[in-house]
Amino acid sequence: MKVKLRIKRFNPQKDRKPYWQEFEVEAEKTDRVLDALHQIRWYQDGTLGFRRSCAHGICGSDAMLINGKNRLACKALFADLGDYVTVEPLRGLPVLKDLIVDMEPFFAAYRAVKPYLINNDQPPLKERLQSPEERARFDDTTKCILCAACTTSCPSFWVNRDYLGPAAIVNAHRFIFDSRDQAAEERLDILASRDGVWRCRTIFNCTDACPRGIQVTKAIEEVKRAIMYAKV
Amino acid sequence: MATNGAGRPRPRGSGFELYSWLFMRISGVLMLIFLLGHLYIMHIINSVEVVNYNFVAARWGTPLWRTWDLILLLLAALHGSNGLRILIDDYIHSHGWRVVALAVLYVLAIGFILGGSLVLFTFQPVAS
Ligand code: SF4
Ligand code: FES
Repeated sequence: MKVKLRIKRFNPQKDRKPYWQEFEVEAEKTDRVLDALHQIRWYQDGTLGFRRSCAHGICGSDAMLINGKNRLACKALFADLGDYVTVEPLRGLPVLKDLIVDMEPFFAAYRAVKPYLINNDQPPLKERLQSPEERARFDDTTKCILCAACTTSCPSFWVNRDYLGPAAIVNAHRFIFDSRDQAAEERLDILASRDGVWRCRTIFNCTDACPRGIQVTKAIEEVKRAIMYAKV
Repeated sequence: MATNGAGRPRPRGSGFELYSWLFMRISGVLMLIFLLGHLYIMHIINSVEVVNYNFVAARWGTPLWRTWDLILLLLAALHGSNGLRILIDDYIHSHGWRVVALAVLYVLAIGFILGGSLVLFTFQPVAS
C-alpha cells in the first residue's frame, strides 16, 4: 500500500522555522514507521535526520511523536496507524535537526537521581542475594530503556523544564526499592525537592506513552508515598 | 536550566513541598465536607429567600458557625493561593516576574485572610 508521511522538518543552518514536508512511500501493513523513514532517507531525501540504533524496541533511540502520540518508530506499525501518518520530534527538548532532539537535559535529570547501585558494605564473595519477592518489588521499573517518551509527553515538563521528569523518577524508583541498595534516603531527598515528584499532577500521559508498558505514574506515586512515610 | 558537563546541580531538598502537597490533599477533602455542608445548610435546608442579613447575623451568634466559616475561609484561601503559587512556579520563568507575581499573590492571600478573619471575629449584629 501507499502511505503518506507528513514530517516536521528543521535544519538549524537553513531554516528559521520548522516546516512540514510530505513523502509518499510504498509500505506493507506490517511495516513500521522506521521502515518508511529508512525508505525516505535511503531513496528519496538523504538529508532527513532521525536517530535509530537497534531497530527492535530496546535501545530507546527513536522515540518520536507519531500521529500525536509518543512512540518508538521501530514499534509503530502502519496496520495501527493507517496510511496517513504525521511524524514530529519529541516535545519539550530542543530540536537539533528534523526528528533529532537534544537529549542532554533529559540525561542530566537522569544522572541527578544517582541511577546506579550504591552499597558501602564489603562486596560479598559471590553475588548479593535477593529474594524473588524483593526483586519483584522494583521489577516494573527495571524495564526502562531511557527513550524519553514519558518525560516529553508530560505537560508539567513542557511548562517547567526544571522538573526532573517521569523517566528520572522511574530510574530512581528502580534503586530506591532495591533491597541491595543503600542510598534510598539520599534519592528520596533529591526527589522531595521542588523539582522532584511534587511537580507530577498525575496526568498519566507518561504511562500512556511508555513503549515498555511501565506503570510510570504508579511508580511516581510510590515514590511520593515513600517520601511521605519517611518524613511525616 | 543550569547544567554543565557533569550534569545538573543537585536539587535543593526541603520538606516544604511535601507538606504543601499533603496540605492540598487534606484541605481538598476537608473543603469538600465543609463546603457540601455549607451548601446543604444554606441552599437545601433553608431556602435562598430566608438567607438575608438577619439570618447570617443569627447564625454568627454562635461560635460554632463562626468557627465553621473561619475554617472554610482559611482552607479556601490557603488551598487556592498555594495552587496559584505552584502555577506561578510552573509558568513564570523569568525570575523578576516570578517575584512580582508571588508578591502580589501573598499580599492578596494575606489580605483576604486578615480581612475575613477581622469580620468573623469582630462582627456585632445590629438590628435591622
Ligand atoms: S519509563 Fe518508559 S517512556 Fe519513560 S524513558 Fe523509560 S522506557 Fe521510555
Ligand atoms: S531503534 Fe532502538 S528502540 Fe527503536
